[in-house]
Amino acid sequence: MAPLSLKRKLAILSDAAKYDASCASSGSSGRNSLGGKGVGSTEGMGICHAYAPDGRCISLLKILLTNFCIYDCAYCVNRVSSNIPRARFTVQEVIDLTLGFYKRNYIEGLFLSSGIIRNGDYTLEEMVRVARGLRQDHDFRGYIHLKLIPEASPALVLEAGLYADRVSINIELPKDESLLALAPQKDVGVIKKAMGGVRYAIDEGREKGRRAAPKRFAPAGQSTQLIIGADTASDGEILQRSERLYGGYGLRRVYYSAFSPIPDSSKALPLERPPLMREHRLYQADWLMRFYGFERQEIVGEAANLDLAIDPKLAWALENRGRFPIDVNRADREALLRTPGLGVKTVDRLIALRRQKAIRLEDVKRLARGLSKVKPFIVTADWTPGALTDAAGLRGTVAEQPRLL
Amino acid sequence: MRIARLAGPTDFEGWRKTARALRLAGVTPGEVVWAAGGEGELFADGDPAPAADAPAFTAPRAFVDLAQEVICHRDPERFNLLYRLLWRLQDQPALIQDITDPDVARAREMAKPVARASHKMKAFVRFRLLPGVEPETYAAWFEPMHHVVEKTAPFFVRRFAGMRFSILTPEACAHWDGDTLRFTPGVSRDAAPADDLLEDFWRTYYASIFNPARLKVKAMQAEMPKKYWRNLPEARLIPDLIASAAGRTAAMVAQAPTEPSRHAAKATKPVRDVVLEGTPPSLEALVAGVDGCRRCPLWKDATQGVPGEGSATARLMFVGEQPGDQEDLAGRPFVGPAGQVFDKALAEAGVPREQTYVTNAVKHFKHELRGKKRLHKTPVQSEISACRWWVDHERRLIRPRVIVALGATAALSVFGKATPIAANRGRAIQLPDQAQGVVTYHPSFLLRVPDAEAKEQGFKALVEDLALAWKLAA
Repeated sequence: MAPLSLKRKLAILSDAAKYDASCASSGSSGRNSLGGKGVGSTEGMGICHAYAPDGRCISLLKILLTNFCIYDCAYCVNRVSSNIPRARFTVQEVIDLTLGFYKRNYIEGLFLSSGIIRNGDYTLEEMVRVARGLRQDHDFRGYIHLKLIPEASPALVLEAGLYADRVSINIELPKDESLLALAPQKDVGVIKKAMGGVRYAIDEGREKGRRAAPKRFAPAGQSTQLIIGADTASDGEILQRSERLYGGYGLRRVYYSAFSPIPDSSKALPLERPPLMREHRLYQADWLMRFYGFERQEIVGEAANLDLAIDPKLAWALENRGRFPIDVNRADREALLRTPGLGVKTVDRLIALRRQKAIRLEDVKRLARGLSKVKPFIVTADWTPGALTDAAGLRGTVAEQPRLL
Repeated sequence: MRIARLAGPTDFEGWRKTARALRLAGVTPGEVVWAAGGEGELFADGDPAPAADAPAFTAPRAFVDLAQEVICHRDPERFNLLYRLLWRLQDQPALIQDITDPDVARAREMAKPVARASHKMKAFVRFRLLPGVEPETYAAWFEPMHHVVEKTAPFFVRRFAGMRFSILTPEACAHWDGDTLRFTPGVSRDAAPADDLLEDFWRTYYASIFNPARLKVKAMQAEMPKKYWRNLPEARLIPDLIASAAGRTAAMVAQAPTEPSRHAAKATKPVRDVVLEGTPPSLEALVAGVDGCRRCPLWKDATQGVPGEGSATARLMFVGEQPGDQEDLAGRPFVGPAGQVFDKALAEAGVPREQTYVTNAVKHFKHELRGKKRLHKTPVQSEISACRWWVDHERRLIRPRVIVALGATAALSVFGKATPIAANRGRAIQLPDQAQGVVTYHPSFLLRVPDAEAKEQGFKALVEDLALAWKLAA
């Protein structure tokens, strides 16, 4: 067989990486290339250098080192039993592509993942060689996201964290039982231990007063991904998993990825359009838990699913109408955050503005994205919803027009 | 009518000086016409003399920040809007906070697309390598949506400090030679290189990373508007990628699963935690088995079982309550805040931890979630009983002379019955297996005592009890 061209390898190994939703390049330590020997900077906010027609941000060169894999996870395009073309980059090829793309301002950095070849240690060692080469040989100061192999030795994980801005381990399936059924080689216990080890290392790196301040371990933290719709998990079970991951391992993000048809897919899985609206609602609910002070139980019961027709905050408000209307001129930040149609930014602006003047409906209109969703739930200097808050048909009037996602 | 001329479209310093002079001269916003780009004197009709009774004035910092953004906007009205705001701010300094005022709102509305244009410049500039130039030099052709070249160029310097580059635009060009950032007037697009060898690789990547099953054209265009496409090498692929998406997805769905490939035979057998049955033959076997324990449901929400740690021939054994948050992550007992108190007490009592064996009455972390925190929850009788199997085998295998129960849960496990600490501490209690028992406070209890004096008393008692245990074990 003739050796694959570099371009062909790139096509295969980026195609194989696209089912990973994460492409974030934000939240790392600020640094730049001034005074260095190479290129690269991260300034807090990530940059999307392009968008694919799937609407997803392209920020990093997201590739697999290889899509050869000894595991047989039913949902994965790279599973050992899948009949897809296989390829493997050399360490140097990944380094050259990353620097070449970076210097042309195509990307913020590298997101490197890999199929498992030989064993966890061997695979992660190869990935660490890429990151080490970029950092040490080329003084590369751009963003690096490394997918960790949970079975790899803790020492190797620690080294990966020294070069990477972010590390991640994908748990992929919300329920332990589905992991057992669909990903027989994956072990949720091993994954949890690896995530725990990463959080322990991150916390330790952050601890103040340590002598000779060790280089910070993965300053942009760790993340994971859950596939939506490949198993029978309810939204409540999915969010319960997220809640535990945020609480136990201090994850920055849990990504939700609607299971989408893959070439040569397994018989064990549903073959249909990816449930994009469900994915969207899960992200909204996740946001409510992280930034809006909601507990998971308030949003969705363990066995229940989110309402696909309306957003979870609106659904909660309709169920808790007794708490409304909220007086925008008096209510505390927590209550405002729980009001449909008011986001974190809007709430903070309203609070700043009401120190200057009494807020009127027009001001809310200027600051919020629209009024129709907010109006039945608030009181302003010149507006009170009267019986509207408790009207039986309210759900119909505030529900957004159905969108095709 | 006065004409105020500025050196260029983003000449903020010029605008600031002129506006200040005009304001001091009492020239109202309605009396000034602003013109950018002219050379020579700022004022066609001479600098206005400040009015004799003009009061000194300052502009709020928030206004200066906002004005620096607004001045990069394309709208020729921007200078006058800023001057009008400056004029009004003198009487109402708080005006800048009133985001519902029409002038403030307009200025903020103008700042937004400027910030966006600058951000999109950071995103969409595409460098091309100049062929045959040494040292390696890059150039990009870019058409910004507002006057953001000067504002944004320093970003590229910080990012590409070790690289020589030029960003060419129709209005202004930025050049970095590895040492100095220079600006020159705009050029036409022929001045920029026409191609780069790597662009084909970039297009390959762009096409491959796209998932046709998730087509969302509007979402893409909202963030990558068509007006930028002509300078983006990847954009020419977009129409075909969109057109073929539905067909590609349908083909994937229609394709019947094939026979597993020959690689499948190599799939590894799963390695799972083995549940330890029967009597553990050795301490190593016991330690290895803790993680697989399913004797109670606590394992489900914990990260791992935390086995005991220390000398297999220890004369002194410590039993704590259960692993905490840090111990659950690290997989080792007494490494968190309570572990630090414990280590300090051991040091004061002169007990070398490595010559002892340290374990817990319950091996998995029992907790409840509160927001993003895992809060310790005291194990109940049934969990302590279930886990006593492990503690008993640890006692059997190590045969310590003395066992110290740290806290009430440990006391329940070690003595088999509730043993109040205050009433029983400070003395040896005979255990049925010929070991002697000592009961004392759990280090984490001391962390929670609010009163400093009581805390000190408690710590002293803990040190005394540890010293006593060490003496008994000698």
